Amino acid sequence: MDIFTPGGPLLIFLAAMFTSNILLSKFLGMCSFIAISRNMKTAFGMGVAVTFVTFCTAMLNYAVYKGFLVKGSKFFGDADLTHLNFLIFILVIAGFVQLLEIIMERFTPALYFSLGIFLPLITVNCAILGVSLFMIDPTLNFNFVKTSVYALGSGMGYCLAICLMAGIRNKLKEADIPEPLQGLGSTVIVTGLMALAFMGFTGMVELG
Amino acid sequence: MIYLEAIITLSAIGVGLTILLIIANKLFGNYGTCKVKVNDREPFEVEGGGKLLEALYDHNIFIPSACGGQGSCGFCKTCVIKGGGPLLPTEEPYLTEEEQKNGTRLACQVKIRNDIEIQVKPEYLSIRQFKATVGQCKMMTTDIREIHLKLAPGEKIEFRPGQYVQVMVPNKKETVFRAYSIASVPANDNEVELLVRLIPNGLGSTYLHSVKEGDEVTFTGPYGDFVLDESADSELVCVGGGVGMAPMRSLLRHVAATNPQKPCWLFFGARTTDQLLYEAEFKAMAEKLPNMKICYALSEPEKCPDWKGATGFIHESVARELAENASPSRQAFLCGPPKMLEAARKTLQQKGFKNENIFADEF
Repeated sequence: MDIFTPGGPLLIFLAAMFTSNILLSKFLGMCSFIAISRNMKTAFGMGVAVTFVTFCTAMLNYAVYKGFLVKGSKFFGDADLTHLNFLIFILVIAGFVQLLEIIMERFTPALYFSLGIFLPLITVNCAILGVSLFMIDPTLNFNFVKTSVYALGSGMGYCLAICLMAGIRNKLKEADIPEPLQGLGSTVIVTGLMALAFMGFTGMVELG
Repeated sequence: MIYLEAIITLSAIGVGLTILLIIANKLFGNYGTCKVKVNDREPFEVEGGGKLLEALYDHNIFIPSACGGQGSCGFCKTCVIKGGGPLLPTEEPYLTEEEQKNGTRLACQVKIRNDIEIQVKPEYLSIRQFKATVGQCKMMTTDIREIHLKLAPGEKIEFRPGQYVQVMVPNKKETVFRAYSIASVPANDNEVELLVRLIPNGLGSTYLHSVKEGDEVTFTGPYGDFVLDESADSELVCVGGGVGMAPMRSLLRHVAATNPQKPCWLFFGARTTDQLLYEAEFKAMAEKLPNMKICYALSEPEKCPDWKGATGFIHESVARELAENASPSRQAFLCGPPKMLEAARKTLQQKGFKNENIFADEF
């Protein structure tokens, strides 16, 4: 299989990271994006945490989806339980983050403390739920490999966007911004401009 | 059938996750008992997993903390010699590079997960907890209340003028402490007097504005590093505004009682005459003491046509009235809003004050 075929893993990865960037094309996860992008170090920490959790929860949710929810699933094959998607995905994400927190605090305190304060924020990060919901879109028809690549790409896309934002905001500290636009105002405008730039890639690679 | 399957699926996942978390917490969240060694004292044992600050408070070591352990004041700096774990991102903003190197941490952020050894200032070990009864209270302006807290008969609090106490604010969730400067003089060691400005929705100030005579209030103290130069010839300059009056009132009354020849200045800034505090009392004091000078200034004099005193911001009065003098023993005590202190500090430096002799108490 040619890796550049449309819908192949590499293209899905690139599309998830750039053209369909979860933050800049779907505007999910905006609250943490705006709140944590004040400096590069914490932005990167948040980005890594989101990438990791997105990837793992997408895998888990994929298993739960294929095992229980979808029609023709492994355990309840005759029933279509997809109307429980939201509830169950949120449960899995919250449970996973909590478990991760407990384990990390015990065994890797250094890592826990560099990511630790972001983990609770992630439980309610819509980008993560978003990835789990988009990956089961029947028109995309992702298999396990594609799902994992898509989740990884989306997480890294979030990381990229929040780091870019932190860099820009760092530059903007020196800028003479009119008072009403300081803080949130300029951040949202910059987000819009970044989204436009990312839109430029859209024609090049597509998810499906 | 589909309903049953939906319920089974949801329950299975919920129960599964819950069991997983309970097991994980039992396995990983349990730190056993840990020993805490403070300075050269005999170590005490605590249940692991809690915050260092709380463990210290439980064992009657009251290190300063104004925000109630939220990591937002940076007062609870403690030198952790052993067993503190890595520095947290929540602490970094409050610690200088040097402090980060020598192991200084915020006690409210450090979790006790193994035996731990810390070093606190010896004077903190003498800080005690007091249960006091509310005595006389008086509204001094529309939002500033003078509150007397009487200690139990026979109990004494030893403090220096310019120090502060931390009042325990009863709160549903957790105990919270708020810092207030002592306005009374050390000679009067059976009570403390506080000046509290009501801040809308402020936890501590609403509490202290609501207590009535006879109520019980718990506080710890005294805290604060300011040491007054007691020599009779070194000048003391107090600059402040609003409830910043409290520590200055303690200092000046202490000087008047113990060292009447000491040259001192009181600069007090307010917007309008409604916000002036103890003006008559200090005027009377200054008349009796040849070396005490006072200056009250209004920044919005146009609203008070009867005002005959100084006008403008308080640092302008300092610039106008104070003589230039590079004497190394000259001390300045500033207490007020940050902007006021910043301006006053600059003016004092121009007047020859050394930076280390300017003590600022921001609120």
